[in-house]
Amino acid sequence: MNIFVCVKQVPDTETKITPTGDGSFIETASIKWIMNPYDEFAVEQALLIKQANPAANVTVVRVGSKKDTEALIPALAMGADEAALVEAGDNLDSYSIAKALKGAIEKTGKKPDIILAGKQAIDDDCLQVPQILAEMLGLPSVSVIVGFEMNGAAVKVKREVEGGALEVYEVSTPVVLACNKGLNTPRYPSLPGLMKAKKKPMATYSLSDVGVSEADRRVKYSGFRLPPEKPAGKKFDATDAAKQKDVVGQVVGLLRTEAKVI
Amino acid sequence: MANVLVFTELHDGHVKPVTLEILGKLAGQTADVAVIGDIAADQVATLAKCGAQNVHKLKGANLDKYSPEGYANAIADFIKSKSYDYVFAGATSMGKDLLPRLATKFNAGLASDVVNFTMDGGAFAGTRPLFAGKCLAKVELTGPKPHFVSIRPNALGMTEGLTAGAGNAADVNTNAGEIRAVIKEIVKAASAKVDLTEANIIVTGGRAMKNAENFKILNDMADVIGATVGASRAAVDSGFAPHAMQVGQTGKTVAPSLYIACGVSGAIQHLAGMRTSKVIVAINTDPDAPIFTKADYGIVGDLFTIVPILTEEFKKLLGK
Repeated sequence: MNIFVCVKQVPDTETKITPTGDGSFIETASIKWIMNPYDEFAVEQALLIKQANPAANVTVVRVGSKKDTEALIPALAMGADEAALVEAGDNLDSYSIAKALKGAIEKTGKKPDIILAGKQAIDDDCLQVPQILAEMLGLPSVSVIVGFEMNGAAVKVKREVEGGALEVYEVSTPVVLACNKGLNTPRYPSLPGLMKAKKKPMATYSLSDVGVSEADRRVKYSGFRLPPEKPAGKKFDATDAAKQKDVVGQVVGLLRTEAKVI
Repeated sequence: MANVLVFTELHDGHVKPVTLEILGKLAGQTADVAVIGDIAADQVATLAKCGAQNVHKLKGANLDKYSPEGYANAIADFIKSKSYDYVFAGATSMGKDLLPRLATKFNAGLASDVVNFTMDGGAFAGTRPLFAGKCLAKVELTGPKPHFVSIRPNALGMTEGLTAGAGNAADVNTNAGEIRAVIKEIVKAASAKVDLTEANIIVTGGRAMKNAENFKILNDMADVIGATVGASRAAVDSGFAPHAMQVGQTGKTVAPSLYIACGVSGAIQHLAGMRTSKVIVAINTDPDAPIFTKADYGIVGDLFTIVPILTEEFKKLLGK
């Protein structure tokens, strides 16, 4: 069984984002890069499937710029077997990334049984790549999954929709699945795992190696800017028990008369 | 002027508000609506009032429930019979799942989760948040048409004084094709409240809630003001609330009219997810908590005493 996991490397959630002077992208020089948090659930799910199917092979694939702290390494340290990196800029659009992932998967010569990815990358927040990749490969897909069961080629997954309701899907492999938080608890890469990871095979491709060019861009971004700052609000001290009722009454009054939201 | 199709899903037979937001913003363009299956006459009238010229009811076998493949095939089948420049839909659970696959059937691009846009000269130019709203960027589409756009609910707002469209409703036969991923069962949510992403009022609890049981005081307040209850990442990771309730960069990005943060310190990833709320109220014991930098009304105090008083005051105000 061939399992592929698509991962992306994104700025840490605590990162302060600064647009570049010309607004063409963000400053990337001093950013701490992490594996996209949702992708950790995808890697973990691949490893859980491998535990139940020891002959399975897990390949992690990433499209993006080369990093000093490579996110593919923790995935290998967690237990993935091999990795492929398609070197590209960090501001590619979803269509180009999906096409590059497809190209990299095809380069391995392995026919995918299950392709896992995070439901979204927390940099451009598009929620597109897994579904585009599925369509490009002619495969079914289920996104935002929080539950997974497998019995031979039969897969049963739970997809989370509005309000926490669940759609339960049945599908056969091959399939593309986009993972949400709650699916599993990702393991930490162990120290021996990290030592081993550096010896595992990692293929590197250029965008042209995998058949992607600038002509594949569908979405153009410009004018990166910070959102407008709100003017300072009003702050009330309600630490004194005697004043609490007055203060809260005042705020509720302002919500009606000034903010007009209630 | 552009030729635009707006895809709408129905919730309990009703058109989602985001569809009407989109139609209002498209005033001046030629806008049709497509829906899967039947739609009641009063809903067609509502769409027409917001400018819809034609309402296409897409019908065919295996479209009685949602499937990414079936819906994408059927809508693509219909779009191919027309010449739309743009296809819009709400960035709902279904919209987010469906549109990437649908757009790829045309090798076309999709601008997701757009919060504002213009159609100058019939060409789309949008604004969308990136990095969970830590920054904004202009987004444009290129390549084969139609171009696809998903719109974040609650972001555009409703447009007043629209010129009505003809609202001609007709059935269209479509082919859902092969469907491999099939919904076998739907497990309803524990709460019947609107989703955080579509809520008009949100009450959120942070780490200071201390446990899951204490969320009762937030639920009590939410019931009075018709709010949906959310939680910070710290509260979710501590097991006080399920991930479906998480607001922030690894949860949901929300934009309600009123956001009440209770015992939320205001980590940068949380602020990113709720900063576009129209009015923010924060309750926290720490006067220096970062949440106060984003609050229109900050109350320094203990949420366990303030929230019940707040609930009582809301009850008085609303005559409950």
